[in-house]
Amino acid sequence: MSPQIEVLLVAIVVSVACALPGVFLILRRMALMSDAISHSVLLGIVVGFFIIGQVDSPILLIFAAATGVATVSLVELLHRTQLVKEDAAIGIVFPALFSLGVILVTKYASNVHLDQDVVLLGEIALAPFDRLTILGLNLPRGLVTMALILVVNLLCIAVFYKELKISTFDSGLATALGFSPAVIHYGLMSLVSITAVGAFHAVGAVLVVALMIVPPATAYLLTNRLSVMLVISSLVGTISAIMGYVVAIKMDASVAGAMASMTGICFLLTFLIAPQRGILAIIYRRFRQKWDFSQTMLLIHLVNHEGREDKAEECSLNRINHHLSWNQTFTRNVVLYAEKQGSIQIEKQILRLTNRGREIADQAFAK
Amino acid sequence: MPINQSSSAIEVTDLTVAYQEKPVLWDIDMSVPPGVLMAIVGPNGAGKTTLIKAILGLVRSTSGQMLIYGKPYQQQRHIVSYVPQRGSVDWDFPTTVKDVVIMGRYGALGWLRRPGKQEKKLASEAMEKVGILNLENRQISQLSGGQQQRVFLARALTQDAQIYFMDEPFQGVDATTERAIVSLLQQFRQEGKTVVVVHHDLQTVSDYFDWVTLLNVRRIASGPVDAIFNESNLRQTYGGRIGFLKTEQEMSKPQVLTEPTL
Amino acid sequence: MQVFLYLFSDYTLRTVAIGTAILGIVSGALGSYAVLRKQSLVGDAISHAALPGICLAFLITDSKAPFVMVVGASLAGWLGILVVTAIVRNTRIKEDAALGIILAVFFGVGIVLLTLIQKMPNANQAGLDKFLFGQAAALLERDIKTMGIIGVMVIGLTLLFWKEFKLLCFDPAFGASLGFPMKILDILLMTLIVMAIVIGLQAVGVVLMSAMVVAPASAARQWTNRLAFMVCLAAFFGAMAGITGAVISSTAAKIPTGPMIVICASIIFLFSLAFAPNRGLIWRLRLKKVKFDLETTEVDSG
Repeated sequence: MSPQIEVLLVAIVVSVACALPGVFLILRRMALMSDAISHSVLLGIVVGFFIIGQVDSPILLIFAAATGVATVSLVELLHRTQLVKEDAAIGIVFPALFSLGVILVTKYASNVHLDQDVVLLGEIALAPFDRLTILGLNLPRGLVTMALILVVNLLCIAVFYKELKISTFDSGLATALGFSPAVIHYGLMSLVSITAVGAFHAVGAVLVVALMIVPPATAYLLTNRLSVMLVISSLVGTISAIMGYVVAIKMDASVAGAMASMTGICFLLTFLIAPQRGILAIIYRRFRQKWDFSQTMLLIHLVNHEGREDKAEECSLNRINHHLSWNQTFTRNVVLYAEKQGSIQIEKQILRLTNRGREIADQAFAK
Repeated sequence: MPINQSSSAIEVTDLTVAYQEKPVLWDIDMSVPPGVLMAIVGPNGAGKTTLIKAILGLVRSTSGQMLIYGKPYQQQRHIVSYVPQRGSVDWDFPTTVKDVVIMGRYGALGWLRRPGKQEKKLASEAMEKVGILNLENRQISQLSGGQQQRVFLARALTQDAQIYFMDEPFQGVDATTERAIVSLLQQFRQEGKTVVVVHHDLQTVSDYFDWVTLLNVRRIASGPVDAIFNESNLRQTYGGRIGFLKTEQEMSKPQVLTEPTL
Repeated sequence: MQVFLYLFSDYTLRTVAIGTAILGIVSGALGSYAVLRKQSLVGDAISHAALPGICLAFLITDSKAPFVMVVGASLAGWLGILVVTAIVRNTRIKEDAALGIILAVFFGVGIVLLTLIQKMPNANQAGLDKFLFGQAAALLERDIKTMGIIGVMVIGLTLLFWKEFKLLCFDPAFGASLGFPMKILDILLMTLIVMAIVIGLQAVGVVLMSAMVVAPASAARQWTNRLAFMVCLAAFFGAMAGITGAVISSTAAKIPTGPMIVICASIIFLFSLAFAPNRGLIWRLRLKKVKFDLETTEVDSG
């Protein structure tokens, strides 16, 4: 395989591996935890490196995963003192841990290709140069690590699908059924941490956040079903990865940055044109609803004022616009619309409800 | 019933408030004479808070006119006082009781001017009237629910308004506070002021108020308590989610149970 | 001690100290409002979003004048906020995810622009990547001037609209009923917060600036229950963290400024959390012990 293909493969595997836990983070309103964890795992990597002496050992994964869980725990600890609100706690904990990590790296480890830029951006282009042999195949180390993490994520989600689903949408029910939401919570955070660490080497802290949040958010605009959301997130992540890589090569720019930007473009497109939840669909729907809604407003006004002394005033064709604060043209159009729908009749300049009109008004009240 | 517009405290006509084409209030007409203590009651989601907010211009109305003593709200701010729900505020905010009460004078101070001795004096008088002067330097997070409500009341008092709008002031307060609120309302009535209260407790409507508006997205009925607050109107308002308890002696005056929570 | 003598005699260190003091004061003060409104993480999104703004400003004007950077960063930051609002208002995506989207995507675009700039054949463009982690040692007099002017403006406006902002943060509905235009005040305060973040980006960097908005204010909150004291104390803490961190970073080898300042701010925070009277944790433990003693003695004597 050519180096480019290998890099692409790494990018794809990273994207899918990140998208999967990201779906749950979005649904559980913990999106920014991915930001926090992906930054603070750096500290775990550095500390692990100091203790073990190697940058690429799998034991680093454990250190880093522990840091991720520690981040979450620290945030909750701070929050529980009731002296700090939760968002402030996040905003204090991860910069502190990350800063510690960066300082340790630049001061003591900058000769081991763990410098500032790498930390933020990874170095996916160098992936083909660090290889290992496994099962007789000679592959980039990054690809193997990430593929393993992907498999772990897939397995965990598959095995604990029911528990994840219930605890995400109804934690009360989950407890009642005997699942411990806390266990699932920390389990999910561990998955996120491990994924963040693995992805770190390839794409850096920035892109981990992009891959964990943006494709799932995009999928959230397209579907209601958890399983479909998982699939779409992975697809969007993959597309962003491929397109990002291609663009980066063409423009000779940062691969991680390009991939992150691509996730944004996918999101933007979906935001605009998604079938039910996209902006264009919403505008169209509101436009159509406006006529029905205005007709209903007219009918309800007629219902409220018919048979009363002020009927002549309130229901007259000429005065209606004043009472409903509509301009004349709009009023005329609504009246025409209502006439066409058969909900009103006009007699001697006074609007009257038909039976159909009465039905519509009653339905509106029933809601 | 036709009322000379300029003689009513509040005149609402054809008010509709909708949020993204979903109606919260439909075509509300309401006329409130000056000097009454009026309760607004209705089930959850009936639009009671929205009605007040629409009159005060705090939410946008799709249609309708709202007049306070004959003029739109923007011209009458100086005679209106608004007491929001206690829960709408973060009581962890670093500020003292006195600070919050002085906020009532911000409207009179206008832009940029700081509160001075005069404002502090008015605040002290108001705090004394509701019985929280001894708490004036306390951090608001250290207050009980009833004390918090009285802070809001003191703030409203400093505004020296002609018409008061209160959103569920009796909700979750202790007996002392309840008595304080009631005595304040009585004092207002004696002074000829108008008070509109979103009220949650059907039991006490006829005890505390002389005017009532029944609301459930539409106005069901509005008028003097004795005439309007009856079984038929209440059934219409609450749609059957309400029970009535009639004792032997009180057959003529239906006693109302609190509605079950939705 | 030697270091502080250097502070006054060494021109560079003096510049650095003044610059980071300004940034600390402004971000601490405005950070108080952000924290009280539970907008701590909005600061994170704004500062990450500023990166493409800085790059574009440079690409368009071909200048690295501090004023140009500030304008670019602010516009990008504000654009980020608008996009977040648009997402939250029109879709079912919640605020945390929307902030994350802006943060990651804008920053990604910024990184792409940065790498493109670094490849340009113009020798003038070196050094924009100092906006990633900050480089206080590179602060020049013109930078300080810009920071100073903006800082004075921001603090001045905060003092001017003191009671209006208090109303906005505590009870906006009541404020609106009094006739104050709450939406406009909200935009004004947001702009001041954006400015507070933007002037610090040179020293602390995009990735970590948000901590300077959150940590000093959260630390100050532990010591007082009055808004005025909190804002002043937060400004003081911010300045302390800024100066200490910048001086250490400038004088010691291989320590980037941004992280060092954040460490100092975090230490101040931890200290406040533990030792502040009435709220601090140590205080609470002692109170518990006193209560426990009282109770046990009562039992004994009763």
